[in-house]
Amino acid sequence: MNGPTLKVENLHTHFFTQKGVVKAVDGVSFEVARGEVLGLVGESGSGKTITGFSILDLVDPPGRVTAGRILFQGQDIVGLPSQEMRSLRGRRIAMIFQDPMMTLNPVLSIETQMVETILAHENVSRKEARARSRDALGMVGIPSPDERLASYPHQFSGGMRQRAAIAIALLHRPELIIADEPTTALDVTIQSQILAQMQGLTKQLGMALLWISHDLGVVAGLAHRVAVMYAGRIVEIGPTDDVLDHPTHPYTIGLLQSVPANVPRGAPLLAIPGMAPPPLQRPSGCPFRERCAFATAICETEPPLDAAGAVAWRCFHPQARRAA
Amino acid sequence: MIPLVEARNVSKRFVRELDYAEKLARMLGANLEAQAVHAVDRVDLRIMPGEVVGLVGESGCGKSTLGRIMAGIMPPSDGEILWQGQDRRTLAPAAGRAARLGAQMIFQDPMSSLNQRKQVIDIIGEAPVAHGIVTRREKDSYVAAMMQRVGLDPSFRGRYPHQFSGGQRQRIGIARALAVKPQFIVCDESVAALDVSIQAQVINLFLELKRDLGLTYLFISHDLGVVKHISDRVAIMYLGRIVESAPADAFFAQPNHPYTVALLNEVPTISNRRRVFSPVKGEIPSPLHPPSGCHFHPRCPHAFDRCSREAPELKQIASGHVSACHLNDNQTAHPQPTIAAL
Repeated sequence: MNGPTLKVENLHTHFFTQKGVVKAVDGVSFEVARGEVLGLVGESGSGKTITGFSILDLVDPPGRVTAGRILFQGQDIVGLPSQEMRSLRGRRIAMIFQDPMMTLNPVLSIETQMVETILAHENVSRKEARARSRDALGMVGIPSPDERLASYPHQFSGGMRQRAAIAIALLHRPELIIADEPTTALDVTIQSQILAQMQGLTKQLGMALLWISHDLGVVAGLAHRVAVMYAGRIVEIGPTDDVLDHPTHPYTIGLLQSVPANVPRGAPLLAIPGMAPPPLQRPSGCPFRERCAFATAICETEPPLDAAGAVAWRCFHPQARRAA
Repeated sequence: MIPLVEARNVSKRFVRELDYAEKLARMLGANLEAQAVHAVDRVDLRIMPGEVVGLVGESGCGKSTLGRIMAGIMPPSDGEILWQGQDRRTLAPAAGRAARLGAQMIFQDPMSSLNQRKQVIDIIGEAPVAHGIVTRREKDSYVAAMMQRVGLDPSFRGRYPHQFSGGQRQRIGIARALAVKPQFIVCDESVAALDVSIQAQVINLFLELKRDLGLTYLFISHDLGVVKHISDRVAIMYLGRIVESAPADAFFAQPNHPYTVALLNEVPTISNRRRVFSPVKGEIPSPLHPPSGCHFHPRCPHAFDRCSREAPELKQIASGHVSACHLNDNQTAHPQPTIAAL
């Protein structure tokens, strides 16, 4: 198949609250190709999770997608009838959440939940569904999957629960997986195991993976391309090496300098001053300008999307070729 | 020099006693025992004045419990805590009070460690007034000075915790700890819940306070990058025991224990691109039923039969560098760790 698996164009997801309109996602565009991992990086409140939720039509009122297109295999899925959306969700597009207990039902055995997932989309026998569930558990590295099928989520450790959630997401060999901070709650050694598996599985099954995270280290180790979000917008997007070695947007530079590894031990970190603007009080123009060392009067107007080579950014004062 | 705080052979057990029905069942012959978790298992740790000790481990390894014991807010089951060379329990009442004020704690989640119904002025000002550090009349200006010290606007002192952002709340927690003029602060995952850019601001504040006030920290974290940045010495815990401890430079240059090597290799870093993850196998065992011998042996790539029989002692392998691994008795077999730039 030609063309990207997922293409998001100028997506706007707004929440109409009593206090005003929260523009959680405010004009986001990106693509993920088959077999590619796109890391979507941002701090809390930047809109990265709502971007993921919008793709799966999981945004609840008062929020809704107000503009833009989401093309999945070339088909616009914004405003798709819920019946058709349900046949996509879980089968062709799957999601992995930060907290596996959001996926797993605590009062049903793992087997029941996995078999149910298969039968929801496919007309196969229970026996076959069970065999496939067992294989899926084995594939994500759960030891003795036969016995483990009968277990309940509370009998699993945190890492095993996340593995089970991943196994469920993989049951239908989806074309696209949206992973929202799936390893954030896990310990380093367990996180590493899950990352190793996700890496192998995307390669093996040729899936497109949208990896949402606040952890630049994880994204650096996993993603082909990185998109950096700030206040509802992608401020910089490009191949991982370009963005992390030669950041263009002052916010990306600030993020990279905030990580302790990039300055001598004990020296003050070059923290970004101030904090992200509250969603209802975002300034006009560039939302980062109040924290930005390079801001000038022109930043009060909307910065356009610029690009050079494979990297694109939204900034009047791009700082290209600056090593972090 | 006398250590400011020292843990000597400290253990902490949490025991869940049998309930009435279980006791009855046992009388009828059921094989039931009270369950005990050895959260901290015979640990020695010395912290010198002005030193920053990073205590690292994964969830359930007992690092928070050890931190609470060192801060004096939880008694150990066995062993003793020395404050400036004296057992805390044998201090005279006045000296005991000074020791308690001298050790303070900053927690991970400021939402659950700050009283939601109190104004910031009372959260920060209550303890110094109660302990006679300032008079009631000086409280207002004292709190204002404390807030300024940690980078908060003093005009916000009439506000409640929910009116602040996460980073600001953490600063309130820091100001509260500083208000009683401590010498020693236990930071329990104090920056873990913060966004990267805010985390950098709070780490800078910790470094600045240490320099200006000569503070000593026990910095508990699971984040080796942060620990490397601020620590003078690092101790690694696994299932209740310290498995390795060394000066920070030596620790990151030449880690010794296989668990430490695994941890350092698996920390995701920005400089490490599109890597092939090669994790250690297996889950973290339950502290209810820790493995025999060396707790790490079921996951260790270098384990041999002695490891499952005999728990290794912490032994000196270089100046100030101790490690608990049987491989050190047999130099030729020791793994040569390969460490990515952290």
